[in-house]
Amino acid sequence: MKPAAFDYSAPESIAEALDLLAEHGSGAKVLAGGQSLVPMLNFRLARPAHLIDVNGVDSLSYISANGTLRIGSMTRLTALGESGDVAGAHPIIPKAVAHIGHRAIRNRGTIGGSLAHNDPAAELPAVLMALDAEVTARSADGERVVGMQDLIEDRLFETTLGDTELLTEIRIPAAAASSTSGFQEFARRHGDFALAGVAAVITTDGSTITQAALGAFGGTHATRLPTAEAALLGAETGDAAFAAAGAGAAADFPATSDVHGTAEYRSHLINVLTVRALKEAAGNSGGGNG
Amino acid sequence: MAETMSVVLNVNGSGRAVSVEPRKTLADAIREDLGLTGTHLGCEHGVCGACTILLDGEVVRSCLLLAVQADGAEITTIEGIGAGDDLHPMQQAFSEYHGLQCGFCTPGMILAGIDVVSRNPDPTPQEIREEMGGNICRCTGYQKIVESVQAAAAVMSTEGGSA
Ligand SMILES: Cc1cc2nc3c(=O)[nH]c(=O)nc-3n(C[C@H](O)[C@H](O)[C@H](O)COP(=O)(O)OP(=O)(O)OC[C@H]3O[C@@H](n4cnc5c(N)ncnc54)[C@H](O)[C@@H]3O)c2cc1C
Repeated sequence: MKPAAFDYSAPESIAEALDLLAEHGSGAKVLAGGQSLVPMLNFRLARPAHLIDVNGVDSLSYISANGTLRIGSMTRLTALGESGDVAGAHPIIPKAVAHIGHRAIRNRGTIGGSLAHNDPAAELPAVLMALDAEVTARSADGERVVGMQDLIEDRLFETTLGDTELLTEIRIPAAAASSTSGFQEFARRHGDFALAGVAAVITTDGSTITQAALGAFGGTHATRLPTAEAALLGAETGDAAFAAAGAGAAADFPATSDVHGTAEYRSHLINVLTVRALKEAAGNSGGGNG
Repeated sequence: MAETMSVVLNVNGSGRAVSVEPRKTLADAIREDLGLTGTHLGCEHGVCGACTILLDGEVVRSCLLLAVQADGAEITTIEGIGAGDDLHPMQQAFSEYHGLQCGFCTPGMILAGIDVVSRNPDPTPQEIREEMGGNICRCTGYQKIVESVQAAAAVMSTEGGSA
């Protein structure tokens, strides 16, 4: 099918984009990489009156690593996955990005678009939750900083961003020196949306786990896994703690049934993938969340 | 109906001015306004890969871009890769190794294959399968496509050139 008609603006600065958002409000949609929005336009699942194309706003595309990692919302997924600064600070990010669609999708798709679109099976919302990231949302009225969990809550295919807000930056705090990470997902084919997946970041003092952050995707919404995290805190790394975390993850996970798999199957997957992600994290040592 | 906009599409080395509605996808503009029907449209939601083109040298889905977004960019379609007796090694290999049957997916496969080899001059069959998982073929069963890309990679590396 073909999109319904819309008006089109291509601002070149953030201020211009914010003015357009203020003017057009709920009738407008921001166009980032278009890898989720244009399919919806083509199928007329979305019929915005106005598209605000921010691909020409160069100041939204950057990666700055200086303690906190700051990433402009229009940074393409290919650039995110290939950045040495990102890999150095949080190697779990390129690992996750490699699972997003295909090269042609990643060449256009953006980090901000992935978060704003908030597909419950998307990798990045869950990964950034596990990394305790925050985003900045700007409107003509000002700027606010929102934690990933407050951005997503328990929503799917929408976030707590307002109609006139532009997601501008993603901020990821520096990892503790001894933190390590693991990323595991299960999809039927490489590049397909995952049936379930887990991002795990743990910090240890010797073999005792002092911090644990787990983000899951593939359920009804991206979420942290608090029962699994509690099972890990203070425990010794190893099979017993990881098995307890896997069971906790299955209890926490908002599994759902669809044509690709039952809720039961997905809960089982989350259990297994959590154990694997933790083993992967425990096997990675040295450097910030290796 | 929204106003039409004038844009210049630099396709396969020549600039062509077209007047399009903002809602027109680049794929439709390439086919309908420029008459270059080698770029195929299958699913129109980014899944099948038949509409794959190069935009400023990078593989993209032309069904997920608006024509107005490509104003001034360098676009390469299958027609710009090679035609007639002057085939690109990737096209030659698809012909020799039976990398196609009906041909519908082939333009996208060729462009995706060239992209894979440009980043990885000596890909393994497994790497080719993973990298080209975004291009769907309903005829070949993929085996011959993988062989074609491998054969083309060998030729491209000895010729020291790519697209
Ligand atoms: C074949 C295919 C396979 C895919 N596989 C995966 C996968 O495995 N995993 C995955 O996570 N994703 C996958 N995707 C989706 C892809 O990652 C998208 O790029 C991403 O979901 C949206 O990013 P975008 O930049 O393309 O946003 P767009 O499509 O441009 O926008 C998506 C939504 O976010 C809003 N938006 C975008 N940017 C902003 C902003 N800065 N501020 C406010 N609102 C904004 C838009 O208004 C729109 O509502 C796939 C897509 C395709 C076509």
